[in-house]
Amino acid sequence: MDWTRHDLLDLQDLTREEIELILETAKSFKEVSTRDVKKVPALRGKTIVMLFFESSTRTRASFELAAKRLSADTINFSVGASSVSKGESVLDTAKNIEAMNVDMIVVRHKSAGVPQMLRDHLDSAVINAGDGCRAHPTQALLDLFTIQEKKGRVEGLDVAIVGDILHSRVARSNIFGLTKLGARVTLCGPSTLMPKDIEKLGVTVDYDLKNVIKKVDVLMMLRLQIERQREKFLPSMREYAREFGVNKEKLKGAKKDILIMHPGPTNRGVELSADVADGECSVILEQVTNGVAVRMAVLYLLAGTKHEPAE
Amino acid sequence: MTPVSKIMDKENVRRTVMRIAHEIVEKNKGVEDLCLVGIRTRGAVLAERIKQCIEKIEGHTLEVGVLDITLYRDDLTLVDTQPIVHETLINFNIADKKIVLVDDVLFTGRTIRAALDALVDFGRPASIQLAVLVDRGHRELPIRADYVGKNIPTSLNQDVKVILKETDEKEDEVVLEKRK
Repeated sequence: MDWTRHDLLDLQDLTREEIELILETAKSFKEVSTRDVKKVPALRGKTIVMLFFESSTRTRASFELAAKRLSADTINFSVGASSVSKGESVLDTAKNIEAMNVDMIVVRHKSAGVPQMLRDHLDSAVINAGDGCRAHPTQALLDLFTIQEKKGRVEGLDVAIVGDILHSRVARSNIFGLTKLGARVTLCGPSTLMPKDIEKLGVTVDYDLKNVIKKVDVLMMLRLQIERQREKFLPSMREYAREFGVNKEKLKGAKKDILIMHPGPTNRGVELSADVADGECSVILEQVTNGVAVRMAVLYLLAGTKHEPAE
Repeated sequence: MTPVSKIMDKENVRRTVMRIAHEIVEKNKGVEDLCLVGIRTRGAVLAERIKQCIEKIEGHTLEVGVLDITLYRDDLTLVDTQPIVHETLINFNIADKKIVLVDDVLFTGRTIRAALDALVDFGRPASIQLAVLVDRGHRELPIRADYVGKNIPTSLNQDVKVILKETDEKEDEVVLEKRK
C-alpha cells in the first residue's frame, strides 16, 4: 500500500490499512532510538515547526525528538512568547511562519478545527497535535502501537477507556483507531462526563468500573482535567477517585495480563494510585518511548507526499 | 535476444555462494573479527547462506546483521510516495570488526553508498568489504566489489532479477530481462 496523505488531522479520516502502515513503519523507527547514533538522514533539509497555542511538554518534546532523529530542522513557537498575545490571528501567525519556507507544521490549539482550517489555507503539511476536545491522532497511534506490541494484536481485544470522556480528545481519537482495528471499546466514567449518543461510534457505555475491570484486556485511564472542575461536573475529587480511580484493590478481579495505560500527565491518587501507576501492569513509560517512534513514522510518511489544494 | 534469459540456475548460485565464502576466508586469513551484514531483502538471504558456508569451511559461526537502507537513500526527495521502511537488525557491536557487506546485484553503486553511511552510524568498523552475487556494471559512483559471483554485461534497458527460495518461494535463479 502506498501512502498518499499530506496531512494528519484525525484517525477518523484514515483507513485501517493506513493506520496499520503507520504502526508497521513505527516498528522500524523504534530501533533507531536504541542506537548510539540516534539519527537517520531521511528528512535532511526539511523544516518542521512546532506551533503550540496550548501548553504541552510531553507531546512537543516527543515531536521535536522525532523530527531531530530524522535529521529535520525544528523551530518552536509557543503562545506565551508569541505575537498572538499582541492580537495576531492564528491564520496570520501560521502564514507568517510558512512564508519562511517551512515544510511541516505541528499544531496544537484549544479550539477544535484549527488544524483543519490551517490545512485548508496552507501548503505545508499539517499535523494535529491536539485540537480542543476533538482529536489527538498521534496519541491514539502510540496507544495502538503499545497495545499491538504488548498483546501482539488489537483485533478482538476488549479495551476500556475510563474517565472524563466528554473533554477528552485522546478518548475520541482512540475510539476511532481501536474500532477500526477491530477492538471492542467500552467507555466508563461519571454520567456528567459522558457525551450523549456516544454509542453511535460503535462503543458500549458502562458506568460500573468494577464490572468493566473484570472483562477487559486493556484499561486506558484518562487524565481528570482538574482545570475544568470549576464547571461543576463532579461533586468532589474524592468521590471521583473513589468511583473511577483504579487502585490495587479494584484490580483484584482483573485479568492477570491486563495493560494499564495513561496518556499523561497522571494525577496520582485520582485516576491511578501510585502502586498501580508504577506497577507491573503499567505501560505508561513505554507509551512515551513508543510516542517518539510513532511520530517519526508519521513525519516520514507525510514528508513524501505533495500538497493537493482543498476542494 | 529473447526477452528473458537465464544466467544462473540453482546449482550455479549454490557453487558461487560457496566460492565467495572461500574467498572471504582466504582473503581475511581466517574468520577472526569477521561479521556479515546483508542488505535487505536478498542481500540478507545471501549473507545468511554465506554464513552457513563459512560454518562448514571453518567450523565457526559468524554474526550476521540485516541492514535496511531506505532512510539513507539519496532520492527520498524525488520519489512520489515514501518507500516502506523495514527493520534494521544489527545486534552486535561493529566497532573494530571486519565487515563484509552483502548484496544481490551491484549496479549504480547508490545502494552501497547508502549502506556505507548507515553502517558508519552504528560504529567505526576496522574495514568494510563488499560481496555481490552479480555485478552488472553501469556504476555512477566510485564503488567496486571485493567478491563478485558473476560479472554480467548488461544494457540500461535490461533488468537483472535474482530469485531466491527464501524470498520468492521459487527455485534459485538469476535472469536477465527487458525492462518494462
